[in-house]
Amino acid sequence: MKPAAFTYHRAESVEHAVSLLGELGEDAKVIAGGQSLVALMNMRLARPSALVDVSGVRGLHHMVLEPSGELRIGALVTHAAIEDYPLVIPGFEILPKAAALVGHWPIRTRGTFGGSIAHADPTSEWCLVAVLHGARMVIEGPGGSRTLGSEDFFGGPFMTDLGHDELLTEVVLTEPRERSAIREFARRAGDFAIVSAAVAYDIVNGRMSGARVALGGVASVAVRAPAAEAELEGAEATPEVFARASRAAAEDLQPPSDLHGSADYRRRLVRVLTERALADTLAGD
Amino acid sequence: MDDTATPAGGTRWTGNKWVGRPMSRLEDAALLTGRGRYTGDIDVPGTLEAVFVRSTVASGEILGIDTTAALDRPGVQAVVTATDLAATPGLTALLEREGFVTTTMPLLATDGVRYAGEPVAVVLASDRARAEDGAESVVVEIAEKPAVISIDQVREGGAGAVHEEAPDNILLDSTLFSDDLDSVLESSHLVVTKRVDTGRVVALPMEGRSAHAHWDGDRLTLHTSTQVPHMVRSAVAEQMGLMENQVRVVAPDVGGGFGQKCVVAREEVIVAVLARMLDRPVRWVEDRGENIVASFAGHEQVHEMTAGFTAEGVLTALSTDVWCDVGAYSAYPFTCAVEPLMAAGELPGPYRVPRYAARGVAVTTNKSPTAPYRGVSRPQITLAVERLLDEAAARLGIDRAEIRRRNLIRPEDFPYTGANLVTYDAGTYGESLEMCLAELGYDRWPERQERARAEGRLLGLGFVCFSERTGYGTPVFAGRGMAVTPGFDTAVVAMDPTGGVTVTTGVSAHGQGHATTFAQIVADRLGVEPSQVRVIEGDTDAVPFGWGTFGSRSIVIGGSAAHRAAGRLAEKLARLAAHRLEAAPADIVLENGSAHVRGTPARSVSLAAIAHDAHIAVQHLPEDEEPGLEARDSYDPPGTFSNATHGAIVEIDPGTGGVSIERYVVVEDCGVVINPLIVDGQVHGGVAQGIACALYEGLDFDEEGQCRTATLMDYLMPTAMEIPDFELHHLETPSEHSSTGAKGMGEGGTIGAPACVVSAVADAVAHLGIPVDRIPVTPQYLALAIGAATDNPDPGEQT
Amino acid sequence: MRTDSETLNVEFTVNGEARRVSIPPRRTLADVLREDLGLTGTHLGCEHGVCGACTVIVDGEPVRACLMFGVQAAGCEIETVEGLALPDGSLNDLQRSFSEHHGLQCGFCTPGMLMLGTAYVRRAVAADRESVREVVSSNLCRCTGYQGIVDAVCELVCHPDGTGAGEDPAGDS
Ligand SMILES: Cc1cc2nc3c(=O)[nH]c(=O)nc-3n(C[C@H](O)[C@H](O)[C@H](O)COP(=O)(O)OP(=O)(O)OC[C@H]3O[C@@H](n4cnc5c(N)ncnc54)[C@H](O)[C@@H]3O)c2cc1C
Ligand code: FES
Ligand code: FES
Repeated sequence: MKPAAFTYHRAESVEHAVSLLGELGEDAKVIAGGQSLVALMNMRLARPSALVDVSGVRGLHHMVLEPSGELRIGALVTHAAIEDYPLVIPGFEILPKAAALVGHWPIRTRGTFGGSIAHADPTSEWCLVAVLHGARMVIEGPGGSRTLGSEDFFGGPFMTDLGHDELLTEVVLTEPRERSAIREFARRAGDFAIVSAAVAYDIVNGRMSGARVALGGVASVAVRAPAAEAELEGAEATPEVFARASRAAAEDLQPPSDLHGSADYRRRLVRVLTERALADTLAGD
Repeated sequence: MDDTATPAGGTRWTGNKWVGRPMSRLEDAALLTGRGRYTGDIDVPGTLEAVFVRSTVASGEILGIDTTAALDRPGVQAVVTATDLAATPGLTALLEREGFVTTTMPLLATDGVRYAGEPVAVVLASDRARAEDGAESVVVEIAEKPAVISIDQVREGGAGAVHEEAPDNILLDSTLFSDDLDSVLESSHLVVTKRVDTGRVVALPMEGRSAHAHWDGDRLTLHTSTQVPHMVRSAVAEQMGLMENQVRVVAPDVGGGFGQKCVVAREEVIVAVLARMLDRPVRWVEDRGENIVASFAGHEQVHEMTAGFTAEGVLTALSTDVWCDVGAYSAYPFTCAVEPLMAAGELPGPYRVPRYAARGVAVTTNKSPTAPYRGVSRPQITLAVERLLDEAAARLGIDRAEIRRRNLIRPEDFPYTGANLVTYDAGTYGESLEMCLAELGYDRWPERQERARAEGRLLGLGFVCFSERTGYGTPVFAGRGMAVTPGFDTAVVAMDPTGGVTVTTGVSAHGQGHATTFAQIVADRLGVEPSQVRVIEGDTDAVPFGWGTFGSRSIVIGGSAAHRAAGRLAEKLARLAAHRLEAAPADIVLENGSAHVRGTPARSVSLAAIAHDAHIAVQHLPEDEEPGLEARDSYDPPGTFSNATHGAIVEIDPGTGGVSIERYVVVEDCGVVINPLIVDGQVHGGVAQGIACALYEGLDFDEEGQCRTATLMDYLMPTAMEIPDFELHHLETPSEHSSTGAKGMGEGGTIGAPACVVSAVADAVAHLGIPVDRIPVTPQYLALAIGAATDNPDPGEQT
Repeated sequence: MRTDSETLNVEFTVNGEARRVSIPPRRTLADVLREDLGLTGTHLGCEHGVCGACTVIVDGEPVRACLMFGVQAAGCEIETVEGLALPDGSLNDLQRSFSEHHGLQCGFCTPGMLMLGTAYVRRAVAADRESVREVVSSNLCRCTGYQGIVDAVCELVCHPDGTGAGEDPAGDS
């Protein structure tokens, strides 16, 4: 289990990385934390001809809360940095909780937020959070920078709109919410979830507002559950409403069946996990 | 207790100062500081790395192998196929038994491939990465055939033949006990028929298999990650046409085995052959992918049982057909008959079964071959019998504990010979059950379970009893018809001129702590400190011929041999001391590194002084004494029987089907405990593996015979979060069949845990009528079954 | 096809000692330690990030040495199991605790468990048994059923009653 040969290039800056990627051609790949890529390379399921190591690039390690309430997260912020972030980030309290669910500690110390988004695993916690919070992906390429919403960014399992010579530099989480929660089910601690569910809403005049429900492991990418959101929107945050919304979340899904879970099982998990996540939002009430 | 080596042993032996102590292990310091030396750490200059090209299909005919592109890859030194190894025969495991079909495992696939992962060629290069470059450039053309992948498929008939020799894919069909049970069953109050299925698993030692061979002109040195160095030596010498004294096999530190390394792997033989052929040291380090898909697996069985019970729940008769999916080949030397013969031979376990009929069948399929994995069929038979008893209890309206009480072997039955012709030594079957039930609070369980159910929680309590036969001696293996018949083992205990003690023995530890337990045994006999005793194992140049470590044999057989040899040495030390102290040998006591006259501690001489004379100044010895201080003894027992009751309380999350283990209690009796730390460690590790079999691990194959669980992401070996804290309790019934009174206990954890967890899970959902007769029990199965049974409107309320 | 003809010179420190290696880019840090520096205490149990046998400490953080290339370690401070013992060669507290609690059997997972445990103990978090279990769950052990390992780590970070040690985080994590 040793990788195929490649050439190694350390990028000094975003521009340098982009120009290296351009020079090195289609088979070159960015390496950030390496926690997905190197495992795939060891198994020779990925065999880039060249690696552009961006881990030393400055300026991609930030977490900035804008006055607008949006949160900018640098691509190289590690899972561990988010987990251990010393301050509460208003509107995005879900972040440390989600971080703690990503793999294990020695993986979280190197794996990056941007790497997870770029890798686009269908049950990645960060992809789920990105969909929940209507993320905008900031991409630098040879022609300058562009920004994509998660609907346009994620193309399918392990597929994104990123060009081979583009770098994801930042993810902007929008739609801050007072209350949020995440639940997932995996058979072992630290494993990728079979199904995950994240929920968020504000309370306006005693009723839920701006309700969002996102699901992982039910489609080729993380998705929103509009029927569930509709059940929540404008309703009071009660167990009965949560139960209705959770059923709605599961109803229209056509999840995949595979080794890890059948479609029926995934539908059940959606219902259960969504309801539990919603219940979690009341904890502390 | 067998103490023939020291007729006066009782007086000489001041008792157990070290045996029984929870001593920290003597082997730990090296392993804790990175100084452990495993096969993959061995670095001889000029070593070539071997990488196997493995079949990507499960069944097919090899049309051609093109190695030219591989040979062009930089660093690749050689590419070897079956043609190049034609001079070396394959491995043929033999069993002299009717109904056994002999098959051969070629070193490399010759004309056909029989499982995805079967080695087809070897690439040798200066480093592993380059060898892998070469391996991916070897082009193997295979005409794929439909794969045979399950026992049921074989039983239905019409599947292609995995081996020409066995057109029906049956490699063994043996009726071990025949008895016409019809009339007994007819007159029984209740007849239960039951099918139990157990999943295919791999032992998964954290160090995979590996081997390093070095040929120096007329002699081979083979370091290999094995449990059985002498067996490997015999096999390699035979395959290569060498005398065994031309082969040195060394098992250095070995990173776990659990049975996967107690058979001879063809990769080990190939590495040896190539080292000679290429005249270069050759190393192969198995990677995890190979270890999962291409190494030895085990435990996949179907049990079909019919049992009769009286109205009181007493077993009247039991018949069983055990079908074992042994995979593509018979592993050398144990053969593919190990699982079916063990299962059919020992199924009644701790229960009195008056009439017994049993058939064991080995089915060959296009899956990796099997080897004896920890527990060998006992986890499966325990699961089968315990499911049977739980069902009978439920149908008869008898308490689960009560039905066991009524069928367990009772104290007054010993020595008990069962209908399976096995004679059990004394144990604490009933006592361990009662103790375990008390620990679990069984009498208060129904209320607790009811309360939980009222809150929507699914709690289950399970408990199982079993006997763990260990330390199998020659007669047992001979009785099976094994051409290679393990059994005895030997130890040599020597004292050097400074009084240091060295024990060499044919057993071969890979985590069991022999360097400590054997030192404790010998230290007590010689009156020295364990730290003065060095235990050497695993080097065929240094240790007496022996069978290695498997089947929980080491402490029973090797430990007894060491105990006896040390006793002999103690006798000689006493004679020499008596000579110096002008006393009678019978009055000499060995203690604290010296010999003194009983009752007169001042009349003493240090063992070092005696040892000095025995080597360096032999003129001081009595006339009829030989120089030197060395004693040797062997031991070959009929077998010992540990026993245990395992109990667990589990909770099932009705929403996700996830099972968490709230408590896990083990009450076990392995006779005299040499080192409680080590015994507990064996139980912990064994139970963890059993829990893995019950709830997490299972090799999964698609219809083409491709393994879909080829990484540790998909093959779910449990972590510390899935394994609970264990509560252990010990009973101690010394064995009459070992010199120390110890019984083997390396497998019990794995034997009891699957049945115990399943029993608890089944109890949790018993009121819903959900059958749990198949492992691993998955959350998906439970959640969907619970959903169907309850139409649970709000599982989400459960947190 | 690309080959290993190009090697890169990389400098870092291992257990406080400056080292310089000339390595092909595809060599993982684990293989650099094992093959180039002869530090075979770092083990490989899966090479895809799951087992943790390869865990070492890089710049104070536990990492999977099989998921990091040696060239990425340039300028880093690396700690391995070989550097744990006290200067006089005797076992440090964590090593001793592993031995006392029988936290190792075959010893193959042990270096990774020790490095994981070392990084954890340094954070001096007030830990309870459950959080120790969660950290230990990062790595796999096939022999011990984890109990001895959890006991061994707990000994250093938990109160004897199994709850947190009461110490505040040292803040050096
Ligand atoms: C045992 C184990 C368990 C894990 N469990 C989980 C889990 O439960 N949940 C989870 O979400 N993840 C899990 N992971 C994966 C982990 O989170 C990875 O860190 C993450 O998926 C990728 O981040 P990285 O920085 O390591 O990216 P890398 O591995 O370096 O890169 C991943 C991919 O993204 C590309 N890429 C990386 N950064 C950029 C960028 N800035 N711009 C453009 N392309 C980029 C790379 O080219 C590559 O194709 C697990 C990993 C392991 C080994
Ligand atoms: S070898 Fe690195 S995690 Fe298994
Ligand atoms: S001690 Fe053997 S794997 Fe942990």
